Amino acid sequence: MKFAVIVFPGANCDRDVAYVTRDILGQPTRMVWHEDSDLGDVDVVVVPGGFSYGDYLRCGAIARFSPAMQATVEHAKAGKPVLGICNGFQILTEVGLLPGALVRNRDMRFICDRVPLRVERTDLLWTANYSAGQVITLPIAHGEGCYYADEATLAELEANRQIVFRYSSPDGSVDEKANPNGSLGNIAGICNRAGNVLGLMPHPERAADAVLGGVDGLPLFEGLVRSLVAA
Amino acid sequence: MPHYSARIYVTLRPSVLDPAGTAVQSGLAHMGYTNVGPIRIGKYIELTLEAENEAAASQQLDRMCDQLLANPVIENYRFELQTLATA
Repeated sequence: MKFAVIVFPGANCDRDVAYVTRDILGQPTRMVWHEDSDLGDVDVVVVPGGFSYGDYLRCGAIARFSPAMQATVEHAKAGKPVLGICNGFQILTEVGLLPGALVRNRDMRFICDRVPLRVERTDLLWTANYSAGQVITLPIAHGEGCYYADEATLAELEANRQIVFRYSSPDGSVDEKANPNGSLGNIAGICNRAGNVLGLMPHPERAADAVLGGVDGLPLFEGLVRSLVAA
Repeated sequence: MPHYSARIYVTLRPSVLDPAGTAVQSGLAHMGYTNVGPIRIGKYIELTLEAENEAAASQQLDRMCDQLLANPVIENYRFELQTLATA
């Protein structure tokens, strides 16, 4: 399974992703500079976290116009997997691959923490290695992670089961107490209707090696590779 | 071609929470201005451009705002155009 990781000026999780896909999972991984419009013959594109273009104007606003992102849109439109993590999620909403937007956290704080999340569906190639309703713990690190969409869009997300991860309590209940940043519907991650594009604010790549204190993110990458090999 | 200057105002849509505005409101309250109501913080952008005429400039600005300067999911925008004196 070949992975591409897009590298923007200001990206800072690109190598963390490559460490998981290349070093832990042993999959060929190429780093693609944002000015490169050729992704090569890759199966999965990862848009990593960080502060692309300094987060100027809005998070992800400028990154969406880079040649590598235009190629990523083509990749997604061909039905191939695209994963956006944190700033990558913000970029995917700006470029229109995912609905809604990420705005400033409810409590004005940059949050750096580990939070429980409930896995809402396991019939996606992203979540094949999780069990239904499983509660996992992943790190979050963001100032603008509050998911916003208008009511009609939210209703559509619910109806099409596009909400993949929700902030929850450790026992799996989803309520305002378990909502770190004010996201509507406790939304931590969503997919497009077809399910091949996933965006999430938490960092699965930072929870894939036990030395970092948690491995709940590893099944996402392992499940993805397993699903793609089986396909 | 004539030159224009544009003043662009980007504001949060009313349905989007503005925690920064709330924080500034509480700062003003600490200064003693407890008479200040809700605050909304937006962005102000200035630019100059060259275009065939005012209608063309306005059309281009609309596209710039829709695609980059504002995010229509969370923001509204408006702009004022002014013709600059040509040398």
